[in-house]
Amino acid sequence: MQKIYESSARLLPEKLTIYTTLVGLLNARNYNFGGEFVEAMIRQLKESLKANNYNEAVYLVRFLSDLVNCHVIAAPSMVAMFENFVSVTQEEDVPQVRRDWYVYAFLSSLPWVGKELYEKKDAEMDRIFANTESYLKRRQKTHVPMLQVWTAEKPHPQEEYLDCLWAQIQKLKKDRWQERHILRPYLAFDSILCEALQHNLPPFTPPPHTEDSVYPMPRVIFRMFDYTDDPEGPVMPGSHSVERFVIEENLHCIIKSHWKERKTCAAQLVSYPGKNKIPLNYHIVEVIFAELFQLPAPPHIDVMYTTLLIELCKLQPGSLPQVLAQATEMLYMRLDTMNTTCVDRFINWFSHHLSNFQFRWSWEDWSDCLTQDPESPKPKFVREVLEKCMRLSYHQRILDIVPPTFSALCPANPTCIYKYGDESSNSLPGHSVALCLAVAFKSKATNDEIFSILKDVPNPNQDDDDDEGFSFNPLKIEVFVQTLLHLAAKSFSHSFSALAKFHEVFKTLAESDEGKLHVLRVMFEVWRNHPQMIAVLVDKMIRTQIVDCAAVANWIFSSELSRDFTRLFVWEILHSTIRKMNKHVLKIQKELEEAKEKLARQHKRRSDDDDRSSDRKDGALEEQIERLQEKVESAQSEQKNLFLVIFQRFIMILTEHLVRCETDGTSVLTPWYKNCIERLQQIFLQHHQIIQQYMVTLENLLFTAELDPHILAVFQQFCALQA
Amino acid sequence: MDRKQLPSRCPLGTVSSDLRILQGNSSLELSEYWDRQFDGDNDDQEKLLKESSTLYVGNLSFRTTEEQIYELFSRCGAIKHVFMGLDKIKKKACGFCFVEYYNRVDAENAMWFLNGTRLDDRIIHTDWDLGFREHRQYGHRPEGQVRNANAFCEDFDVGRGGSGKQAQARDRRGIH
Repeated sequence: MQKIYESSARLLPEKLTIYTTLVGLLNARNYNFGGEFVEAMIRQLKESLKANNYNEAVYLVRFLSDLVNCHVIAAPSMVAMFENFVSVTQEEDVPQVRRDWYVYAFLSSLPWVGKELYEKKDAEMDRIFANTESYLKRRQKTHVPMLQVWTAEKPHPQEEYLDCLWAQIQKLKKDRWQERHILRPYLAFDSILCEALQHNLPPFTPPPHTEDSVYPMPRVIFRMFDYTDDPEGPVMPGSHSVERFVIEENLHCIIKSHWKERKTCAAQLVSYPGKNKIPLNYHIVEVIFAELFQLPAPPHIDVMYTTLLIELCKLQPGSLPQVLAQATEMLYMRLDTMNTTCVDRFINWFSHHLSNFQFRWSWEDWSDCLTQDPESPKPKFVREVLEKCMRLSYHQRILDIVPPTFSALCPANPTCIYKYGDESSNSLPGHSVALCLAVAFKSKATNDEIFSILKDVPNPNQDDDDDEGFSFNPLKIEVFVQTLLHLAAKSFSHSFSALAKFHEVFKTLAESDEGKLHVLRVMFEVWRNHPQMIAVLVDKMIRTQIVDCAAVANWIFSSELSRDFTRLFVWEILHSTIRKMNKHVLKIQKELEEAKEKLARQHKRRSDDDDRSSDRKDGALEEQIERLQEKVESAQSEQKNLFLVIFQRFIMILTEHLVRCETDGTSVLTPWYKNCIERLQQIFLQHHQIIQQYMVTLENLLFTAELDPHILAVFQQFCALQA
Repeated sequence: MDRKQLPSRCPLGTVSSDLRILQGNSSLELSEYWDRQFDGDNDDQEKLLKESSTLYVGNLSFRTTEEQIYELFSRCGAIKHVFMGLDKIKKKACGFCFVEYYNRVDAENAMWFLNGTRLDDRIIHTDWDLGFREHRQYGHRPEGQVRNANAFCEDFDVGRGGSGKQAQARDRRGIH
């Protein structure tokens, strides 16, 4: 019975008050049950904190506080626990995010139990409040700009989460703790519950900070709606009302409980109790977008939110689609100040959503983007959306769904560009070799046959021919890659086959760093109309080690890509590349761990068995472990190098821009600059766990005090995130 | 939706059925899901399905391309392979395909979030599949052997190519 309640507390936090009431009634009947239950919860709380399970811990604290309302726990002992929580703010040499959590756990329980605690222990509570307030005033907030979805403060300020919660609790206190939104079943059982004997919480010492402690990231509260957005319906609670906090908390909890089952999740959301008194659809849409746009990352995979919204549209076809359309319109209107990472997610969400609704949209409403600088956020957004829509359908469909005025924003037909294809290419160097290769490919030539054809290609970079002919020869790479990719252009599978079949030739031609870069360049020239093909080819080339991650990073920052530098596909490629690198390191680390464990098991067996033959086995295993150790070190070094290269390149191009603006006397804040600096932020945010390892190197080598303050600010905001 | 109700299902699980997929021989459509040629019993199949990272995708438009499949299913994770089901005679796409991910969790995401949504205006259906036999063999090498030391190669096709039916199939569709 106990286990059921314990797990319910964790798994369905939105139904908290139902379970606390049940526990209260059981406690009234059986005092020991209540005692054991509370003890078990405290144990669970300690374990969660030690396991860095802070989200669960918040729910446990809230559950415990509501048990005060159910006469299971005596109010003074709860106050004492909160006193200990807030005293964490006095700890020195600990990360701010640790202190933040304890304050958050205290404040976020008050909508449930503030009234009761204040009634019983107002002097002590006032003291705790004073301590909280002085902490909130002195804590640093350098990290906030990095986490805001919009840089603008209008129409709704994007507040740091503790500031917002503090304002909400202050208002609740002023209203004398009158809170009308939370369902409180225990009120109906007051006559039984008030007879119950209460338990005192044992004194609770917050577990100390350790090196392994990882606290939740700070957040910025996402607001996009207020009461003016739904003038005909019930009034939306204000941003500093505690009702707003409770509704949002509960809706987030529902998503957290049911995100894997979209039908259940949608059903639970639309049947939220008390929905007639609030504009529920607006809250739901706001909470979903809050999660989707959350920085650094959404709590769940992006595609879940797309499917959830589709499900909600199906459940409430008469009301939700309109709210969603209104939200989309608002997001479009505010694109100018939206964080680039969030714009990426908006693009991906909107294109996928449209593909489920026959791409029906009132594009004419967005005609204002047609007269703007094509590099500014709105036209850019429309272009990227149309490109993604095309990937989910086909080129002609896109031309059909938009008005003719939008044709300039339509994506290019994703065709292959073969430079040796037509009559005029006769004069191009290597043309004859290209034709020869084409014939060879079609007659199923082997790698060796291709090598011998390529031997005759002169090297434009060298005066005397290299005997082996395998040093970096850009022309060889050009004719080979152009011709092969052109012949394999029919589909992704054809291209992958081509890469596989002629892997040997690729590896040889791309042996040097310049070779790798040139392969990427040529591939890009062939497929520049088809960014999706570029992305899958880069992926395959990395996985088959034709190119390495550093080559891809250098290619992205090269001058050939500068025209496309702000396009979404470029950043998807870079982040995918970084992720592959990260996964590779993890994989080898795991192999090493497994080998070490195996050796340990073998040693233990040997001491049990006294078997001589395992000496030999040991040797082989130890050798393997040594090899794996080297592999791990080499992989980690490659990973660090990748990040350093990326940061270095960012610093170079940003500095170039800043210096140029200074000498020209123009404003720094061009659309390109906003995009670029936010892309730098995105690197930090999306890979923050790995990058944390490099802080010292970054500080001493790259992000030094001499750096332009615009660029240094990004680094400082990042440092502040877990400080 | 009961697997047994899917007439166009032609499951992977053996090399010969792989070939049939690429040929799209509709006369081999099984009325029941379970692959009769599978070398184990139903319990084994069920166990393998629980570990699989390959999905069967059905009810596609005949016009749906590999590129569209990649775009949609990439939203759940990195795709290892897409095999478009082909009609035997016309050698054209005929309404189903297989998507293999590198990681099972990505395939789970696809089952949770793409199953029952639209691609090319049709509601697609996803289901677990046994995946290619050869690939599963690579997953269970004898202990102590470090696989090909070169980095990401666990996923590389060349090892699977060679004389395998897949490589032959690839060549058939590849460069002519």
